[in-house]
Amino acid sequence: MEALVASAVAILTAGGVYLILRLRAFPVIVGLALLSYAVNVFLFATGRLAVNAPPILQKYGDPAYTDPLPQALVLTAIVISFGMTAVLVMIALGAYLETGDDSINMQGDEAQDRGSDKGDDAEGRE
Amino acid sequence: MENGASLLPVIAIVPFLGALVPGLMIRAGRNACAMFTALPTILALVMLGVLTPRVMDGEVLTAQIEWLPQLGLSASFFLDGLGLLFAGMILGVGLLITLYARFYLSGDDPMGVFYTYLLLFQGAMLGIVLSDNILLLLVFWELTSLSSFLLIGYWRHLPEGRQGARMALAVTAGGGLAMIGGLLILGNVAGSYNLTDILSQGDAIRASDWYLPALILILLGAFTKSAQFPFHFWLPHAMAAPTPVSAYLHSATMVKAGVFLMARLWPVLAGTEAWFYIVATTGLVTMILGALIALFKDDLKALLAFSTVSHLGLLTMLLGFGTKMAAVAAIFHVINHLTFKASLFMVAGIVDHETHTRDIKRLGGLRHLMPVTFVIGTVAALSMAGIPLFNGFLSKEMMLEEASHTYWWGNPWLVPALATLGALLSVAYSLRFIVHVFLGPVRDDYPHKPHDPPFGMYAAPALLVVLVVAIGLAPFLAEPLVKVAAGAVTGGGLPDFHLKIWHGVTPALWMSVAAVAGGAVLLGLHALLDRAWLATPRPEAKTIFDWVIDRSAGGSRWITERSHDGAISRYLAIFVAATLALGYVAWSGGGMAAPGRAPLPISPVAAIGWVLLVVATLAVVVMHRRRFLTLVVISIIGLMVSAGFVYLSAPDLALTQISVETVTIMLLLLALHFLPKETPRESVPAVRLRDAAIAIGAGGGVGLLAHAFLRRDFSTISDFHLANSYTGGGGTNVVNVILVDFRGYDTFGEIIVLGIAGLTIFALMEALLSGQAARRLRNWDFSQDRSRDRHPLMMVVATRVMMPIAGVVGIFIFLRGHNEPGGGFVAGLIVSIALLMQYMASGFAWTQSRQRVEYHSMIGWGVVVAGLTGVGAWLAGRPFLTGAFGYVHIWPFEEFELATALLFDLGVFLTVLGAVMLMLYSLSRIARYAGESVNPEAMDYDPSRKVAQDEGGEG
Repeated sequence: MEALVASAVAILTAGGVYLILRLRAFPVIVGLALLSYAVNVFLFATGRLAVNAPPILQKYGDPAYTDPLPQALVLTAIVISFGMTAVLVMIALGAYLETGDDSINMQGDEAQDRGSDKGDDAEGRE
Repeated sequence: MENGASLLPVIAIVPFLGALVPGLMIRAGRNACAMFTALPTILALVMLGVLTPRVMDGEVLTAQIEWLPQLGLSASFFLDGLGLLFAGMILGVGLLITLYARFYLSGDDPMGVFYTYLLLFQGAMLGIVLSDNILLLLVFWELTSLSSFLLIGYWRHLPEGRQGARMALAVTAGGGLAMIGGLLILGNVAGSYNLTDILSQGDAIRASDWYLPALILILLGAFTKSAQFPFHFWLPHAMAAPTPVSAYLHSATMVKAGVFLMARLWPVLAGTEAWFYIVATTGLVTMILGALIALFKDDLKALLAFSTVSHLGLLTMLLGFGTKMAAVAAIFHVINHLTFKASLFMVAGIVDHETHTRDIKRLGGLRHLMPVTFVIGTVAALSMAGIPLFNGFLSKEMMLEEASHTYWWGNPWLVPALATLGALLSVAYSLRFIVHVFLGPVRDDYPHKPHDPPFGMYAAPALLVVLVVAIGLAPFLAEPLVKVAAGAVTGGGLPDFHLKIWHGVTPALWMSVAAVAGGAVLLGLHALLDRAWLATPRPEAKTIFDWVIDRSAGGSRWITERSHDGAISRYLAIFVAATLALGYVAWSGGGMAAPGRAPLPISPVAAIGWVLLVVATLAVVVMHRRRFLTLVVISIIGLMVSAGFVYLSAPDLALTQISVETVTIMLLLLALHFLPKETPRESVPAVRLRDAAIAIGAGGGVGLLAHAFLRRDFSTISDFHLANSYTGGGGTNVVNVILVDFRGYDTFGEIIVLGIAGLTIFALMEALLSGQAARRLRNWDFSQDRSRDRHPLMMVVATRVMMPIAGVVGIFIFLRGHNEPGGGFVAGLIVSIALLMQYMASGFAWTQSRQRVEYHSMIGWGVVVAGLTGVGAWLAGRPFLTGAFGYVHIWPFEEFELATALLFDLGVFLTVLGAVMLMLYSLSRIARYAGESVNPEAMDYDPSRKVAQDEGGEG
């Protein structure tokens, strides 16, 4: 079971990393979503795996409980990563609607604009 | 803390409080402004006066206020002889400068600003000399650099002022950075950041391996501040400041901060070979170089500036000698230099003010026109030259005496000869100040007809000159102060000494005679030497400094442009590859224990889920160019992850994951509506191969790491949560209890983040719809085929039926959350899905017109409810967010539990609901902006209306 979870995390991470290295906003967002899955499962797994041992206290018997702490952390992480995805989507959408292009990298002329913006610090040589 | 000592923090804070006032008082006139500047200074002086008798008796007063004890930072102050001397100088000269500046500044200068800066500086400087904690001292040290920057650049219309200010800041703050390192090392070696503790550990510190690095770093700070060679160049450029500033900061106080620090740490750092050769040599070189340059400067203030550099060199050299008598001489010279140099600067200011020039070559003969100024200037300059009966003579004799028996690398005459040379040059430029400015024939080409200034302007230098003469004639007057201050520097055990004029015929006397005679001869030859000096090429410090600054800026820019070329994919590739490399380094360090945890068996169901997840992930990667398909496939991954959570005993996570999944897919679908539907193939195969290699490396690394820890046992803090969840938090769902109780503060932060994310999206959308994008949207081309039946009957009916059911499920999930899987997060998501379905089924306009609650305020209320629940704990006298619960029994219900955690969870619920709805609402508003048709009806083809129409037709 451990090997399954670890390999699932590995494949999700690899897919996510490959997609965030693409040049367009949409695959990058999808890649980040995959990475979120991977990270959440990874963090969850730090509590180690257990079957049929949910951390719900039982009145009777002597049941086993899995580690609840990583679960609580991951629960909020899932919700926050949704918020992050939403903000990213909005930024990507805004950039696309403003420029008509959804590349994530600066294009040649944009990069040059930035390079020539050297600030007006000629005063030092007056 | 005794009564008296508690005044110390007050003294340190008074100038800062006072700094608030002048800016306001300038409205009441210049006199009122000056008066209110003087007030805090006088107040601090009086408090200092109250403490003086006790310090003179040898007591050390301390006051301590804890600030950040974890960092060893406390607001502690102490006052001993050295601190008293400097604090008195700072406040006394500050008062005189306040008076002088009142007359010096013209009506056009913003006086309130000036006095505010001045008081800020005064407070910072007082802080340095009163601090007991070296971290606090560092804060004040940097504050003096900053306030000095403001004061030098006070005439901001002058380029020299701005450049001088920048240079001073770059040099002194740069040195300050080095000093931070040095003092931190010192504190670490001593085991305390309190000066009083450090001072008692001299032997341990000198024996430490870290002594030399600490010494060099601290000296860098001291040398830059006190303008020692090769950092001396900033001081003359700082002379672009108004003269009161030059007199105060750049001769009397701030530049002495470096000397003060060396004196303060003298018991700890001095007495080693390294100290002697670094400090004494630097001081000696600075003394001679400064004096030599001063002799050939034509600008009065530049002459005084280089003379200050020279005298600071003298002080540094004396401290560098490392003998107790040399330290006494240094302390005495600090007092003397203050009196004559501050008055000389003020005299230079008066001459400038009256004649409108500071160029010595255009001056001369002023003794007839400005007799009072002449007397003041002459007395002060003679003292600077070291002529008997003035105080400069006394300390110069002591310096020569100390130099006369100092060996430099076994050489007995080098230091005495060079010290005599320095004194000789000092005589020459001092006499030049008198002869070339005041003596000689009256000229008729002054830029402005000079006469003596009003009393207020020469009162301050006159008072200082009285001190020059008084100490010069009766040195025993200064003896108690020198003794107590020098005692503080050396840590006690001073040899018995008396300050006196006549020591008999000693080597120092002969050296002094030689210096005066040689100086006079040098002045006679000045015209000749001046021509030779001007003809000699010299390195210009400012040019070098500008070159260094330009090069550094250019280098930084080059690095920035090379490394940040705007290609995010490249940054990410570098980041992932670097992380991978670091992970490999960490792993190759070894130290991994053998796996001790038996693996769980793989059930067939789990295997099927795994296959689905892997195939879906690979499919997403392979098909990522077809964006709709990607979204469909990615939802399989989400489902499988949720199923995995269920299987692995995390029902709460499964619920959350599956509802977030739904919302995320809807969001992406909405966004995709406006994005290109295909991703073009852009990267070349080599790049794709590289990316694949990085991705496989990263995935493999993470997978191996996960597998490594999954197979090993660990210790957890969760046993506490399991044990206390029911008894302390009143719930059996431990995950929920952790969220709303144990770690409630984290959750509170997280819902705020989520709320901010929602509001950010709303704000982004608002900005978007008022710019370029709005025009693009209006001309949106809906070329894609569109369903004719956008709001189908079946879907409308189904979602309407689902709505109350989903609402009840939401409430149910919410209420059971504390004891069973569920809670505010999940419930919020479920209810928002129910609402979203209405938007999807009947369109934006129809739903929006039926929506009564603002999503913004829902977020706000959520945070407020959660916050108030936390605050409620205060009423019960408990810390923020402490939970409480109880069981109630109301007939006919069963006994049930009421917990404040439920209220907190309600806040979570409201925030999640509001944030999610606001996000999707923002996205769908774009759609409406793009001219999508608005539907007033719930569905496109409404059979009931059709029936009604048909009936109407028949009737």
